[in-house]
Amino acid sequence: MEDEKSFSDICGGRLALRRRYYSPYCREFGLSSARLSLCSLTAVTCAVWLAAYGLFTLCENSMVLSATIFITILGLLGYLHFVKIDQETLLIIDSLGIQMTSSYASGKESTTFIEMDKVKDIIINEAIYMQKVIYYLCILLKEPGKPHEISQVVPVFQSAKPRLDCLIEVYRSCQEVLAHQKATATSL
Amino acid sequence: MVLKVFFPTCCASADSGLLVGRWVPGQSSAVILAVVHFPFIPIQVKELLAQVQKASQVPVAVLGTWCHRQQEPQESLGNFLEGLGTIFSHDPWLQLCRERGTRLWSCKATYPQMSNPLDMHPEEQVMLIFYDQRKLLLSWLHPPPVLPACQMGDTTASTGGLADIFDTVARSEVLFQNDQFDERPVRLSHWQSEGVEASILVELAKRASGPVCLLLASLLSLISAASACRLWKLWPLSFIRSKLSTCEQLHYRLKHLSFIFSTEKAQNPMQLMRKANMLVSVLLDVALGLLLLSWLHSNNRIGQLANALVPVADRVAEELQHLLQWLMGAPAGLKMNRALDQVLGRFFLYHIHLWISYIHLMSPFIEHILWHVGLSACLGLTVALSIFSDIIALLTFHIYCFYVYGARLYCLKIYGLSSLWRLFRGKKWNVLRQRVDSCSYDLDQLFIGTLLFTILVFLLPTTALYYLVFTLLRLLVITVQGLIHLLVDLINSLPLYSLGLRLCRPYRLADKPPVL
Repeated sequence: MEDEKSFSDICGGRLALRRRYYSPYCREFGLSSARLSLCSLTAVTCAVWLAAYGLFTLCENSMVLSATIFITILGLLGYLHFVKIDQETLLIIDSLGIQMTSSYASGKESTTFIEMDKVKDIIINEAIYMQKVIYYLCILLKEPGKPHEISQVVPVFQSAKPRLDCLIEVYRSCQEVLAHQKATATSL
Repeated sequence: MVLKVFFPTCCASADSGLLVGRWVPGQSSAVILAVVHFPFIPIQVKELLAQVQKASQVPVAVLGTWCHRQQEPQESLGNFLEGLGTIFSHDPWLQLCRERGTRLWSCKATYPQMSNPLDMHPEEQVMLIFYDQRKLLLSWLHPPPVLPACQMGDTTASTGGLADIFDTVARSEVLFQNDQFDERPVRLSHWQSEGVEASILVELAKRASGPVCLLLASLLSLISAASACRLWKLWPLSFIRSKLSTCEQLHYRLKHLSFIFSTEKAQNPMQLMRKANMLVSVLLDVALGLLLLSWLHSNNRIGQLANALVPVADRVAEELQHLLQWLMGAPAGLKMNRALDQVLGRFFLYHIHLWISYIHLMSPFIEHILWHVGLSACLGLTVALSIFSDIIALLTFHIYCFYVYGARLYCLKIYGLSSLWRLFRGKKWNVLRQRVDSCSYDLDQLFIGTLLFTILVFLLPTTALYYLVFTLLRLLVITVQGLIHLLVDLINSLPLYSLGLRLCRPYRLADKPPVL
């Protein structure tokens, strides 16, 4: 079962949440943010070139312009490869674990996998972020030997930063899977 | 719990046969290690599994059947596979099936041994997880620390979670030693069945490393025995040895080399990485040193350096003389005590004059000394840098002497001043009770004490200024030496092997599994 809905992030940008249910207890949530817009790219490039041209008229050295070309190209490549995250996915599989994937604009993908033994709970938490109070979804981890202590807090969807309505959808779905997993784990 | 089956990707295209692997009951998962093909004799399969179990301590068993068939299901094959379930009994019995050319898979798990299977495991789902055997084997997981409460007979330390799966595959390496070109009664399919993967260079290096290590270890032990003998502990030699950074660096490198070439094998991956890091840093060091050597000995650079050295030393001495003349006048507008100024200034100027004559005396030999010292660069760049730092220390010895004189004078003055200040106020330092007590002085004691105090106070700016100037000079020299030592430490301790491994083969640097 697959469906797609659109939400907004904390700054007002558009987000698309795509839910896929592969099996009753194996679900995937993908959040795609807006791609790099032509307006912002043009604006930044114009600003950089104006500054470079001003510097060139001051010091009459053509190396400034060549250096600017390099800096612009490298900066854009670096931004696309290391900074701009296009899509974040959360895959939750009952009795196996949770996997989070971030795919960058250049095509690079980085994944993190957490085993089900280490997952204590998934919660929505509040945080003070600059002058705002925002909600974020996070996974609480525990050490297998100490089940009542929280060893780590892993936030998800960190670069997409969706609002509460989107988080509630994901939270409800994940809690169903976790409840089923706890039920089968205790029955064994 | 959902039944999980870990299936190797290399067996997805293998012919039909039996599934061989390990069943982990705690997590309800089956790790498939290989596929045994027809024809086979059940007794030989059981023997092979017993051998593997003895060699690797992994309880391998036949877990089910694998069927890779054409579009139309064959009746005979189906019945044959059912019959196999009775020969090799295992709970649960897996039946994986794949149709050739399509992506349709079917997985079924039955419990033939249980009396009432439907009661305990109703409608169980099977989750198929593909894993890459080569990558799993090549990733090094650090072994978990041994728990103190572990039983002695518990050889299969259960670590829990996916670490267990990694462990199973890694320990069953002996199962992957046969390939299809061996004439064996049982045909297996796994990631090395096309041919065991090995590199000629690595194998040769492994064979050669034994005798080479032995030879080098004996040589190095001879050298370290010679350097540790009693002769070096005598006073002048031990003092010089502690001051020269070259000796320290050589000693350090000797320790590294004897660690690398020690004849005992590395206990765990951490020690192996430490050895490899040291070896790579030694090799890099020697390579850079040889580069430096070739650069120095080309174009008569040594001659140029030697020719430039004496004028530079002269120039430094001249600058120092100018500095002292400035101090003897009215430096920065401060008014100095004329007599003390002249005495100190002349004393230091005489020192500089001695130093310059000494340098001029040495000047014919400098080129030879530099040439021979430059040869030491073949021992490594770090040794060359340490020698350079020692040469700087020797050449600026007069600055060190000036600093010591200035500091001693200033120290004496400060002690005198503090003691006489106490006298001025009518107090005394009680050595027995380590505190300041009041004391009644005689009139002549007070008179002389006050006089001396006044003299010292008015002489304070002069001494303080000399002290300040020479301390700053000494700090400058120490900064330069410190930078060189920093570079040497960087080369010594940078873990280049681990960095390279992170860039090229990141799966070898896996994290520790969690402690139970």
